[in-house]
Amino acid sequence: MLHIAYLMALLPLAGFAVLVVFGKRLGDPLAGWVGTVAVFGAFVVACIALGGLWNEPASARHFTENYFSWIAVGGLQVKVGLFLDPLSMTMCLFVTGVSALIHLYSIGYMKDDSEYSKFFIYLNLFVFSMVLLVLSDNLLVTFVGWEGVGLCSYFLIAFWHERDSAASAGKKAFVYNRIGDAGFLIAVFLIFSKLGTLDLPTIFAHRHALGGDATTAVALLLLLAATGKSAQIPLFNWLPDAMEGPTPVSALIHAATMVTAGVYLLCRMNSVLALTPDARWVVAVIGGVTAFVAATIASSQQDIKKVLAFSTVSQIGYMTLAVGTGAYIAAIFLMVAHAFYKALLFLGAGSIIHGLHDEQDLKRMGGLARVLPWTYGTFLAAWLAIAGIPPLAGFWAKGDVLSNVFRKSPVLWALGVVTAILTAYYMTRLFVLAFRGDQRWAHAVSGHAPEPPHECPWVMRVPLVVLAVASFAGGILDLPFVHTAGLSSWLGPVFSNSLFVDHEGAGLQSGLAVIDGVAAVIGLSVAWWAWRREWDRPALEPAFLQRVWYWDDFYDAIIGRPGQVLAKVAATTVDGRVIDGAVNGVATLVRKSASGVRRLQTGYVRNYALGIVLGLAAVVAFLLSRVWWS
Amino acid sequence: MVVTFPYLTVLVLVPAGGALAVALMGRVRREVHELVGIGVSLVTLGFAIALTVALHAGDPGYQFVSHHVWAASIGVSWYVGVDGISIFLVLLAAVLFPLALAGARARTDARSFVGWMLLLEAACIGSFVSLDLVLFFLFFELTLVPAYFLISGWGFERRAYAAVKFFVYTFFGSAFLLVGIVVIAFVHQNQTGVLTFALPVLEHTHLSSATGILLFLAFTAAFAVKAPLFPLHTWSPDAYAEAPAGGSIILAAVLAKLGTYGIIRFDLNLFPQASRTLAPLLLTMAVVGVLYGALVACAQSDLKRLVAYSSLAQVGFIALGTFALSTEGLVGGVLLMVNHGLVTAGFFLLIGWIYDRRKSWQVAELGGLQTPAPLLAAAFTVVMLASIGLPGLNGFVSEFLVLAGTFLTHRWWAVAATVGVIGAALYLLWAYQQAFHGRPRPAVAATRDLSWAERVVIAPLIVLIVLLGVYPKPVIDRITPAVDRLVAHVEQVTHVHQPVVATAPGARGSRP
Repeated sequence: MLHIAYLMALLPLAGFAVLVVFGKRLGDPLAGWVGTVAVFGAFVVACIALGGLWNEPASARHFTENYFSWIAVGGLQVKVGLFLDPLSMTMCLFVTGVSALIHLYSIGYMKDDSEYSKFFIYLNLFVFSMVLLVLSDNLLVTFVGWEGVGLCSYFLIAFWHERDSAASAGKKAFVYNRIGDAGFLIAVFLIFSKLGTLDLPTIFAHRHALGGDATTAVALLLLLAATGKSAQIPLFNWLPDAMEGPTPVSALIHAATMVTAGVYLLCRMNSVLALTPDARWVVAVIGGVTAFVAATIASSQQDIKKVLAFSTVSQIGYMTLAVGTGAYIAAIFLMVAHAFYKALLFLGAGSIIHGLHDEQDLKRMGGLARVLPWTYGTFLAAWLAIAGIPPLAGFWAKGDVLSNVFRKSPVLWALGVVTAILTAYYMTRLFVLAFRGDQRWAHAVSGHAPEPPHECPWVMRVPLVVLAVASFAGGILDLPFVHTAGLSSWLGPVFSNSLFVDHEGAGLQSGLAVIDGVAAVIGLSVAWWAWRREWDRPALEPAFLQRVWYWDDFYDAIIGRPGQVLAKVAATTVDGRVIDGAVNGVATLVRKSASGVRRLQTGYVRNYALGIVLGLAAVVAFLLSRVWWS
Repeated sequence: MVVTFPYLTVLVLVPAGGALAVALMGRVRREVHELVGIGVSLVTLGFAIALTVALHAGDPGYQFVSHHVWAASIGVSWYVGVDGISIFLVLLAAVLFPLALAGARARTDARSFVGWMLLLEAACIGSFVSLDLVLFFLFFELTLVPAYFLISGWGFERRAYAAVKFFVYTFFGSAFLLVGIVVIAFVHQNQTGVLTFALPVLEHTHLSSATGILLFLAFTAAFAVKAPLFPLHTWSPDAYAEAPAGGSIILAAVLAKLGTYGIIRFDLNLFPQASRTLAPLLLTMAVVGVLYGALVACAQSDLKRLVAYSSLAQVGFIALGTFALSTEGLVGGVLLMVNHGLVTAGFFLLIGWIYDRRKSWQVAELGGLQTPAPLLAAAFTVVMLASIGLPGLNGFVSEFLVLAGTFLTHRWWAVAATVGVIGAALYLLWAYQQAFHGRPRPAVAATRDLSWAERVVIAPLIVLIVLLGVYPKPVIDRITPAVDRLVAHVEQVTHVHQPVVATAPGARGSRP
């Protein structure tokens, strides 16, 4: 049953190929259905493969298969193959599952778009790349998927390219990711130069041969790659701009799947990370700080999608923090739970935007509970889940991360708890501003009353309901008191050597859980109290937070503008005056000093050119004559 | 001895004969000249494909050798042969000439245009297959003539300046080359009493380190101008921008390869010790070229000049892989020559078609092309992504091999060049956004998409770009033995060995 695992990648690729050729002719909605069926097929294959892997004994749950040799030069042998173990299996399941739901949703959401089929082309290519990234057994092929998802992200952010902001956002995402990719590539070179292989199982087996410094360097370089892809400090600020893309894209790529690739990469390389505590500290601090910073920013954004974007950055910060702590399973647990509720939040936001005819400003929403009942009900589950209210998925997953962090570093744990309060705060603010209070959308627009919002069609509602159930009950994947039956025992063997196991007593565990719960309730109550009646409170939305801690302005000032000046100087002064000036100077010098032979110098290069031809002809004639003579 | 088909001689004579035939043809309609040109270049392509199929993949030496003594007293012979390195450059030229003739037609005087193009093809192929230094020099110089006339005859506004600059620049470089060739032949004659210009013989000349370095510099002067390497590149933006589309394609995609090919074929073979000694200098020039090319490209608003500077960066990568002197780096460098040729040809074809439609290649005057011309935009996107080095397309494989191979021997140069990888995304995506994204103005909105003829011309390039990205093995398998031989030659002379991880697992046992 495991031998069909490659179909998880091949089916979306086939969907992509079919749509490239026939997409335009299939049109709306058939093209959408083709894409959706391909990804559902991949999900079914993933379920079958899961069955196959499950039946193996825990110690033998890995499966590798090679298909063809991609690059083979000297010592560098790169084969395309797959590596299926509980970690990649888990990733594949939720990637294909959530993707399938979002494909279905998109059939409704993208209806009547002039580039309908193109949207599904990119979406299928994305799923293929993501599965390739996850399944590959070779670091370089992982990089292929890594770049592939980045490319699709670029295409999809800039999907409505006639809007300038969308085109710029797409470019920004690509360039920021590219900076991280440079780190990935250098890590690959370093590993190859030390071990002579890029084959993942071989790297894991020979990781001790890397040596101390190189191990730390590899870990930090991969962290750089992860900060690009997973939108962490210092490369996080492309993600909010990425919200220019259609909302299903934000849900799938910029919340549930692609942005978790960085965390996945670090988890995949856990046995290397285990050798370098220093680098792991850096990972943990980056994660904790990112979680906190992004949460503060999320608390004062007006655009509903921007709130969710910064929320995503913050939640991935938690995952990174978990990885740095060595709590890989907690990271994956949160990743899966987050995929459920964040996808749901985005799809719900999409439903609101869809219903309000492309309105994204929270200040022009309000009172939507009555007009969008399905959206309201499902959004409610997602809100409580991410806020960390028990017994929803977020409570368990975030709690798992924080209790591990507590043992490693009380400071980072405290930062995590503050972030948890902020999380409950900004989500409640969003929820209240959108669904409660006055129906501000009804009288906001210039003079004439807008059309009342409409609830979305069934293809959009089904994913909402499925994800709501998952967000509600997702905690059962790994409840703390039954670690032996859940994700922990399933993923345990993958991380066996490097996993940080906290041996907290049941009392401390429960105490920490209570603190988590209280934090959630505090944040929720404060926001409820603050935003229930008032929707305009500038004091609670300082410019510092609205402008993202002036992060973009900072980069612009120290890199962007100096870079532009430098490029201009290089182009005009260095190339035009210095180098070309030297060349022209030599030419002038030669012309002056050669005044004696001026008569030969007719000034027409044409004559030299003809001279060469005649000269060559003479040489050839001479040579030919020699051949005949001899 | 088995008489084999004289592929190489035929490959030179067919386009040369075609050029002569076109020149002698009477007054006929321009389409006839063009069709003859395309036909002749397609026949050449046919022979080139047959040659590639017939090549023994595992044989590292020169194959299909023809050796006819021309002038025994001065040691010159018609001595041609190919190995895994040169064969793909021959094939590249053979693929690109028909596409350039079909996709970038001359506005006036088709007869002369086609004639010069075919002569240029003969000279390019001749240069790639020459194993006699004088023969190589003759072909190398011969390329100048048609290239000059193509720029000055069919170019744009500043064509006269660009053509003269191109000519004088490269002519200056070749003067050194000629002196170098004569000197090494005499040194060899002093040592052995035999006067010859045959590369495989001259390889064994013993050179003092000073002589070696001087000769290396003389040869490299010509090649570095041609390639072009920083800081000898300033002819190229003018020449590429002012040349007609067909000229730009050949100039950047094929002709410039003579420089990098010359370095690999002649510098490394004849002066291994000097190449090793001066490698840090050349590597630095390469890395500066990569970063500087990217930086200057960022300031260009003219698509053709942008591609010219992006070429400077790419050529930097080729030189980087070459002077890394590791198997991976050199294979990557050779592969990148082919890949850069395909990508640059794609760029200049597409930019030429954009010019046909909009009479401009200033990005500011294009804006929003994607909406009226989605296929043109899609083709441009693929070519652009290949140039950026996106995995799955051809550019990545070669760039990765170059960087990985350089990292093995010169770590920090590789790290610096990897930073340059970011640059390509920056300027190309910026240019793409300016030219293709956005809401088109009414004039742009009426732009027509690719015609069927244009699709037929661009399709082979797209197919090759994807194919060489996904499955480069057939090409790599043929390049590697020749590169292995070259690396072994350099190592044998210099007694410096590349790191063990660079060599194939099977070969490791024999290492000291």
